[in-house]
Amino acid sequence: MADTLFGLDYPSWWFLVVGGLFAGYAILDGFDFGAGGWHMFFKQDSSRDTALKAIDPTWHGNEVWLVIGGGTLFAGFPVFYGTLFSAMYTPFILFLLFIIFRGISIKFRNMEPMQWWRRMWDWSYSISSIMLAFLLGVVLGNILHGMPLDNNFEYVGGGFFEFLNPFSILVGITGVALFMMHGAIYLLLKTEGKLYSRMQQFLNIGMLFFVISYTITTLYGLFTLEHLLTPYMENKIFFAVPLLVFLSIANVPRLARKEKYGWAFVFTSITIALLLAVVALELYPTLLLSSDNQENSITIYNAAASTKTLKIMMGFVAVGGPLVIMYSYFVYRTFWGKVKTDTEGY
Amino acid sequence: MEVEILSRIQFAFTVAFHYIYPPLSIGIGLLMVIFETTYIRTKKKEYEVLAKFWTKIFAITFGIGVVTGIVMEFEFGTNWATYSRYVGDIFGSALAAEGIFAFALESSALGVLLFGWNRVKPWVHLVATWAVFLGSMFSAVWIVVANSWQQTPAGYHIVGEGMQARAEILDFWAMVFNPSSVDRLTHVWIGAFLAGTFLILSVHAYYLLKGRYVVLSKKAFKITLVVAVISSLAQLATGHSSADGVAVNQPAKLAAMEGHFEAEGPADLYLIGWVDKKNQEVTGIKIPGGLSFMLHQDFETPVTGLNAFPEEDRPSQVNAVFQFYHLMVAIGMFLIALSLFALIQWKRGKLFENKWLLWVFVFTAILPQLANQFGWFAAEMGRQPWVVYGLLRTSDALSKSVQANQVLFSLILFFIVYSILFLLFIYLMNKAIQKGPQSDIDFDEGSLNQQITEVITNK
Ligand code: HDD
Ligand code: HEM
Ligand code: HEM
Repeated sequence: MADTLFGLDYPSWWFLVVGGLFAGYAILDGFDFGAGGWHMFFKQDSSRDTALKAIDPTWHGNEVWLVIGGGTLFAGFPVFYGTLFSAMYTPFILFLLFIIFRGISIKFRNMEPMQWWRRMWDWSYSISSIMLAFLLGVVLGNILHGMPLDNNFEYVGGGFFEFLNPFSILVGITGVALFMMHGAIYLLLKTEGKLYSRMQQFLNIGMLFFVISYTITTLYGLFTLEHLLTPYMENKIFFAVPLLVFLSIANVPRLARKEKYGWAFVFTSITIALLLAVVALELYPTLLLSSDNQENSITIYNAAASTKTLKIMMGFVAVGGPLVIMYSYFVYRTFWGKVKTDTEGY
Repeated sequence: MEVEILSRIQFAFTVAFHYIYPPLSIGIGLLMVIFETTYIRTKKKEYEVLAKFWTKIFAITFGIGVVTGIVMEFEFGTNWATYSRYVGDIFGSALAAEGIFAFALESSALGVLLFGWNRVKPWVHLVATWAVFLGSMFSAVWIVVANSWQQTPAGYHIVGEGMQARAEILDFWAMVFNPSSVDRLTHVWIGAFLAGTFLILSVHAYYLLKGRYVVLSKKAFKITLVVAVISSLAQLATGHSSADGVAVNQPAKLAAMEGHFEAEGPADLYLIGWVDKKNQEVTGIKIPGGLSFMLHQDFETPVTGLNAFPEEDRPSQVNAVFQFYHLMVAIGMFLIALSLFALIQWKRGKLFENKWLLWVFVFTAILPQLANQFGWFAAEMGRQPWVVYGLLRTSDALSKSVQANQVLFSLILFFIVYSILFLLFIYLMNKAIQKGPQSDIDFDEGSLNQQITEVITNK
């Protein structure tokens, strides 16, 4: 790898870019999914209305991070994109269907006054939010777990149920828990009055749920998937990251007790980013481990697009990245603060 | 059924469904921008009402466009894994650029457009509306560039062999400005303008027939009609230019579009016809040598026909390509005729007097939609059997690890979900249209005086 930028080769840079985008995506759509997860726990139509208005102007912008993340993954590591998506065909198709249901539920719920109409979309919104969080976890779990590949990087294992192994299910549940904790804090920032106090109770449940599922998943992973530990054993310094995760999680209940939800939100966001960093360290430079024959594993080097393409896209990201952040900042600033329940909008 | 057929059906179905909505959003977006800009400049309340009303409709089309778009991005990976690996270098970058430069702008500004009327200053809102419109125009750019590259690849070289062969970029700008991208992009854009304008014309014609929002609708109708006249004429020009390009770059496709079999000989132009592939015959009404004339301004010049290509390199659905292409052109001609006729009636001051003319407009909304679909079907089926023209065959582009039953399952799911979506779309559109623009001033009442003055001063 002759071509480097600040001493790092381009595939590695691109690994960072894609990782950064998915971290951004998880943080942003994470609180949307989390808010959706709580949705059915609100009893009154007006509470649901407020909770929905809290994410309405921004969820779509958040979802664009998925579109961009997908595009950069496709462009940067086409081999990985083709293999992963075709291997996990059914989970990805389900993911798409839930994306569709979630999107239209948000758009259409308030277009009609009928009770049954609103309840229907409430359910569809809530279930699809939870399922999306869960499926993201399942995909991540399977990437960590590895899968059988042949020497053309084609998946050669079984169908849908092969991907519902215990580890991936655990990661999926942890994902739901993490996002629900994160989403509860977001809703606390956006609500007032009775709904606010209700959310405070929910947050406690959410934190507990997360800590338990996270602990079980980690222990299970440590005992059954030794390969995940190898990079850490080789570089002891890596252990600093899980330690930071621990500190960052510990901060959340502390801040929540003081009702400093702005800061608590910052720390759940950091937790999400750090958890993905832990994953990245476990993987790098592998993207998809071939579970029966290591030779066939997909790495950032054999999956990468040409250096020329990577360079061009680094240019896109350098120009487009700040623009995206600027737009997002502008939108969040426009809709800053508690949700106003007056009828506004289109 | 085999995986290949199922995957092709699924892709065609999902992308065709997606393509109902973005053209509407782009076209309505154009008029939204015009209405709101006029409002900011003239401060006339009716333009604000129009802008708000069409924003409401826009929200519906846009919402469905967005949720159905992500499907295809993922489908490249799930159903066309070999293709993804093959073109990722080129195609992926276009898709990534689309996300970064177009969708991010569009979606952020959309929040302000839909929810910001009372939150930001009017000019900031106007900027947001423009941003949404321009963002949607950009969305079309990158995806059409990517698709055009598959039609007419340029600026690449092939590395690797067999299953691991891939196209890599050599020259980014040559890739972007490949031989067909400019023609096709302009054709797609204008097709979208037509879809939007004819919907707007349809709705306002309907209000006029029902005697609702009369003054408002007349204003809207006239402004929109101007856009429709320009767009429908421009569509002929870009379409013709596309056809010239196809003749040079994808001769087998052009031959299929006109049902021209003879390897080298003067080619006819059919107004309507039916292709019998087995006997290599077309029955219909033709201008002998017409295609030769269109391409070379001479009725005798030979045009490469299907028989110049080995059987396995020809599109298999010749009649379908022929029909889709001819229907699109027929619709294009009809739109030109209709909009010019309406323009003439307007000049004569009789635009709103003919009930039947308004009724024709009410139903014409469907035609640009059909033309858009037919155009894509002709272009994509004419490209077969190649997924990347001349380089990669569709049958080789599949995901090797996907089984037929998985695709069948997903196809059924998409079919069910999209049917629900479509019903919802129709229901909500109908409802929004029946409810009509909302305003604190009732223009029809308030403008009664104005109408009376018009009548008095005119006659
Ligand atoms: C950038 C890529 C791209 C874009 C913008 C489009 N398509 Fe496409 N299309 C493909 C990329 C593609 C493809 C992935 O390359 C397919 C899948 C199988 C194939 O042969 O080509 C395809 C196939 C395909 C087929 C099936 C042809 C056949 O199997 O005989 C149809 C009917 C369409 N498309 C229709 C459309 C419509 C209505 C579009 C408008 C939005 C559209 N395509 C945009
Ligand atoms: C296979 C081809 C296509 C893919 C993969 C694709 C992908 C997408 C995606 C991911 C979105 C959602 C973006 C978001 O979340 O904001 C979207 C929306 C959109 N797409 Fe497509 N698209 C395709 C074809 C097209 C074509 C041919 C056009 C040309 C007009 C187009 C124009 C748009 C527009 C304008 C939007 C914004 C939503 C709307 O206006 O309805 N797309 N597309
Ligand atoms: C007026 C006469 C028209 C002519 C001569 C014409 C010509 C063409 C040609 C030659 C193609 C194939 C391009 C290719 O495969 O590279 C095409 C595609 C297409 N046409 Fe038309 N067209 C006309 C009218 C229309 C109208 C009225 C619409 C829609 C309102 C439309 C929408 C499309 C679309 C969406 C495509 C597919 C995208 C593309 O390949 O550019 N066309 N047209």
